[in-house]
Amino acid sequence: MRFVKRHLIPRLLQYFLVTFLGLTMAFVLPRLMPADPVEQLITQMQAVGAGISPEHREEMMRTLRQLYGLEGTLWQQYVIFWKKLLSVDFGPSLFQYPVPVSKIIGQSLPWTLGLLFTTTAISWILGNLIGGLAGYFHYKKWPKLLDGAAMLLRPIPYYIVAMLVLIFLAYVFPIFPLAGGIGIGVRVAFNLEAIKSLLRHAALPALTLVIVGWVVNFQAMKLIVQTVRSEDYVSYAQFAGVKDGIIAFRYVIRNAMLPQLTQLGLSFGQIFAGALITEMVFAYPGIGWILYQAVLRADYNLIMGILCISIIAITTSILVLDLVYPLFDPRVRYR
Amino acid sequence: MKLIRDLFKDYRFAVAFGIVCLILLLAILSAFSPYDPRNAYQTPRGLPPSWQHPLGTTWLGQDVFWQLTFAVRNSLTIAIIASIISRLIAIIVGVLAGYKGGIVDRVLMSIGDSTLTLPIFVVLVLVSLVLRQWVRQLVNLGLLLAFFAWAWDARVIRSQVLSLREREFTFTSVLSGMGSFKLIFKQYLPFLLPVVFTTLINNMSWAIGMEMTLSYLGLGIDPSIPTLGTMIQMAIYRQAIFLGLWWWILSPIAASVLLFVALYWISLSLSEYLDPRARMQRIGGKQ
Repeated sequence: MRFVKRHLIPRLLQYFLVTFLGLTMAFVLPRLMPADPVEQLITQMQAVGAGISPEHREEMMRTLRQLYGLEGTLWQQYVIFWKKLLSVDFGPSLFQYPVPVSKIIGQSLPWTLGLLFTTTAISWILGNLIGGLAGYFHYKKWPKLLDGAAMLLRPIPYYIVAMLVLIFLAYVFPIFPLAGGIGIGVRVAFNLEAIKSLLRHAALPALTLVIVGWVVNFQAMKLIVQTVRSEDYVSYAQFAGVKDGIIAFRYVIRNAMLPQLTQLGLSFGQIFAGALITEMVFAYPGIGWILYQAVLRADYNLIMGILCISIIAITTSILVLDLVYPLFDPRVRYR
Repeated sequence: MKLIRDLFKDYRFAVAFGIVCLILLLAILSAFSPYDPRNAYQTPRGLPPSWQHPLGTTWLGQDVFWQLTFAVRNSLTIAIIASIISRLIAIIVGVLAGYKGGIVDRVLMSIGDSTLTLPIFVVLVLVSLVLRQWVRQLVNLGLLLAFFAWAWDARVIRSQVLSLREREFTFTSVLSGMGSFKLIFKQYLPFLLPVVFTTLINNMSWAIGMEMTLSYLGLGIDPSIPTLGTMIQMAIYRQAIFLGLWWWILSPIAASVLLFVALYWISLSLSEYLDPRARMQRIGGKQ
């Protein structure tokens, strides 16, 4: 009970406050802009050659304002914004008019989540395992080589890594498909052909995310393990003749895992943004690809919807990680 | 002088410094370009690298090498504007929050924390879509990026000011009648500058990467102004890979990879130099 009162309730309050502030910012930001999205859209339509008479222009502007929730005073708009948000209604999309934005996002969310969770898990486990071993055996040759590779890979942004992976593994050596989430004509189903096609299409985006994510975990874990390694209890175990492998896994890496878990929570927003960028490059049918389409067609509602969903997704995942944390650390039992 | 000699002992700093010098040289060379970067069809189209065109020519009849000099110059300009302005905001916010404390601190920090939880990439996409015309200028894009990059550093600076505020010399200065401004500029700033400088370099690299990603979306800089981002975007858009013009797309990618690695290595060896504990940790010594 004390756990609920002292940790769960304040943490939940903080969660709601941060989500609320973030969503409010998402509401305020586009309204701070000097440019009017409605006016811009109509100018764009006219630039493409659509003949719009002055009366029609007025009517269109009114309809669009209503669609975008830009009618009335700022306060009224804000109330409408929250009402719509709570009923998961972001209005219709322009890009696939009149399909509601929430439906488009709902269709692409599983793709992103699937890609994101598998690659985050793989790169976290792989990075920590190899980083831990490299930190423990830091005097050997191979950790130094890996360290050098990590120092070359670390600063390169997702976009460039994705670009290079695409050029080399899809154009130069066409091993993997160029774009898409599943082969043309193949339906998502639970059979061998569909799964094979799914995996083949996911391979390159996943590879990109794992390459970048792995390096971050590797470097951090290696540093932590090197510190833990010089602790007295490790030297004691060594003198007592405990095998190196057992010390590395049971004594050192286990202890060093915990800061990494917090790190995962903190960097989740970045990983998420990276996944969006990767999806754009590989035309993977997740949120990132939808965002790309929305930008090309200036689909304001869809972008707002994606922004709100991502804010909620990021704050929620950080909350979950925070609450799960004591399960892994016997020293942090909420008392 | 001793500082510089110490830094050069680290091979990473020496290599990175060399690369940065080369890249700066490229940027300076743009002043002597025989071609105007905005004009197309000034050379034969799609020539492979040769003596006359060291990095070949594009399908639009532009010389890749000279185009690259402009691209590097413009990307660096954006990065420098973004990082310097955001550092200024970070210093002002951090010092104000740390020094004043109380309600000012709480308000400033909660604004900063909310920008940290925002998925900045999506926000940048939204803002640069709404402000499409405005962000087409180099300076404006730099300012936009600066606006979203101060929160974390403001937090770091605030925590430093919090500890500096409790030190003996603060009381001495205040009691001997030094004004707040003078105290902050004369006494605190020297403590804050090392952190600011390291994050400045990281931030430059972030800004260059963001510019590239926004260019890929067709947002950001006017595509006729060459930056590393618009050059790559142009090559992709004109199907450089299908046409087999690998020098067109790989040159800006290679230049940016070199730049990213060099900036990262400089910031790494600088922060290790400033914090010897990190250096000991890296070589695995006992602390």
